[in-house]
Amino acid sequence: MQPSVSIKDLSLNFGNVKVLERLNLDIAQGEFIVLLGPSGCGKSTLLNCIAGLLDVSDGQIFINGKNVTWEEPKDRGIGMVFQSYALYPQMTVERNLSFGLRVSGMAKDEIARRVARAAEILQIQPLLGRKPANLSGGQRQRVAIGRALVRDVDVFLFDEPLSNLDAKLRSDLRVEIKRLHARLKNTMIYVTHDQIEALTLADRIAIMKNGVIQQLADPHTIYNKPVNLYVAGFIGSPSMNFINGSLDGATFTADDGTKIPVGAYDFAAQRGAATKAVLGVRPEHILLGDAAQGMPFQTQAEIEIVEPMGSETLAWTKVAGIPVTFRCSSDIPLHAGDKVTVGFDIARGSLFDAQSESRL
Amino acid sequence: MADTAVQSAPAAGSSSRPSALKKFFLHNLSAKVAAIPMVATVLVVFIGCTIWTIYYSFTNSKLLPTGKFVGFDQYERLFATSRWNVSVINLLMYGAMSLVLTLGLGFLLAVLMDQKIRFESAFRTIMLYPFALSFIVTGLVWQWIMNPTLGLQGTMRNLGWTNFTFDWIANPRMVLFALLIAGLWQGVGFCMVLMLAGLRGVDEEIWKAARVDGIPTWRTYISVVLPMMRGVLVTAVVLIGSGIVRLYDLVVALTNGGPGISSEVPAKYVYNYMFSGGNIGQGLAAATMMLLTVMIIMVPWAYLEFGGKGRK
Repeated sequence: MQPSVSIKDLSLNFGNVKVLERLNLDIAQGEFIVLLGPSGCGKSTLLNCIAGLLDVSDGQIFINGKNVTWEEPKDRGIGMVFQSYALYPQMTVERNLSFGLRVSGMAKDEIARRVARAAEILQIQPLLGRKPANLSGGQRQRVAIGRALVRDVDVFLFDEPLSNLDAKLRSDLRVEIKRLHARLKNTMIYVTHDQIEALTLADRIAIMKNGVIQQLADPHTIYNKPVNLYVAGFIGSPSMNFINGSLDGATFTADDGTKIPVGAYDFAAQRGAATKAVLGVRPEHILLGDAAQGMPFQTQAEIEIVEPMGSETLAWTKVAGIPVTFRCSSDIPLHAGDKVTVGFDIARGSLFDAQSESRL
Repeated sequence: MADTAVQSAPAAGSSSRPSALKKFFLHNLSAKVAAIPMVATVLVVFIGCTIWTIYYSFTNSKLLPTGKFVGFDQYERLFATSRWNVSVINLLMYGAMSLVLTLGLGFLLAVLMDQKIRFESAFRTIMLYPFALSFIVTGLVWQWIMNPTLGLQGTMRNLGWTNFTFDWIANPRMVLFALLIAGLWQGVGFCMVLMLAGLRGVDEEIWKAARVDGIPTWRTYISVVLPMMRGVLVTAVVLIGSGIVRLYDLVVALTNGGPGISSEVPAKYVYNYMFSGGNIGQGLAAATMMLLTVMIIMVPWAYLEFGGKGRK
């Protein structure tokens, strides 16, 4: 099956600044791709290139097998949703949905049919007569999605659509977008800096940094097998614990001399001589008490700070002289100053080469 | 102030009336003192002088406002005077054309400036420069340019185009357009700057959304951006409108009402009768008619624009 969107060697320069460099990305039909990264990493730029709102410097973009690199946005078969909603403020919701279709000269009954369908899908029928100023943020974003919906396109582009909403609405609308994708089965490309949105929505996540895709994989792989230090540190909250040291055979020696056996670790490739390395362990892979007993590495640690989060508790301690966070059930009574035994689940940890920063 | 407040506090229960009165005057006293000059100006100059004007327009005052009440005589005379009638028609024609063209050209120039052009601030300064000149200077400059013997026509004829004709300023049928050229030259730049500020206030993502929707640029300007600039448009209309109504100095400098009475305007009529014609009653009657006209236009419009509190 041909990919829905295919990007080949895409480069974009603003003057001397290289924003995107020889970027390749294939997106399957009906796939939900999230472009994730900090601000300035080029994710919105990439989306704007796909939409045709920015002219590329080099490379090609194919949508449904058709080369659209130099097509106008309207001819690419895309619909786009923006962070600021970008509704036309002086038009009613109904006009907002239908304006583009009217301008293109579509038949009246066809417009009415499409608007009715979009309004039904998004549950905005009662709002059709109102103006954007009289809508809440969530309703506005729904109308903005509706404007993409009536275009009856194959590819939906979302540019941080939930960033202007408050936390409660954001999680509500997130579920709605997921439901929408399940119902429409369109290809969706979604830009965000929020890792929760990325992990919950995506079929595959593309983590970007400085215009380069660092890792393109499903959320589970991204979370559990990050390809490099950057991805490992970016995904996860609180972030992964990193211990610097060196690796020789199946033993990791931390900088302060603590020896950690890493025989249980699933190395990606055969390795040669001893190297400088970084051991990464997620907070939930540091176990406490009895559970720690079975782990390849155990140590005594003193709790420094406890952060009860309701469903779970975050605790701060020091292992091998480095501050380490771990996560445990809130049923376990923990207090600052407690001495506990912690064990590292090395099999689920990550090891990175200190020089190349890539996964070992 | 402070101790009065302390004293009145315990007495509040027994005699609430005087303390409420005191509160009315003493609460935010400094703000009230500061507002007195403006309140006095409004009462004396705006309202007082308006009433004075209307009253004396019903008298037969000549050189001094001392005449006796004569009812609508001054108004009957006013509308029987061809100079006044010509003035009114001139102002209506000039006003309509000036309003439409200033807004239209101002918007067009603003759109052109909005296309990410080079030297934008230089162009903006050049366009805005005429606005810094007084109407007298504008009028004088254009009088020279349009003078048939000295100006453009004379120059072109000296250069060999002996049939070249540009005598609008001396042509009773075209003199209004001569006024219009000078007025537009002065006013369009300012309107453009206002509009440009309005255009710049439009969110970049609106433009992107319109492009994705496949709406042509001109259509986006007209159907989406222009309605969003409502506030700027209201400001521009008020400023241009008030400039039109008080049109006087440009006429004096450019044509002095001529040729004949073909470029007379109401404000000039009022001035001539009050200060050089020695007929205050007639001048005030004309002034009252101007006020009435403005009120007839302004009151319903202001009511629609600013009256309904629930809107916006």
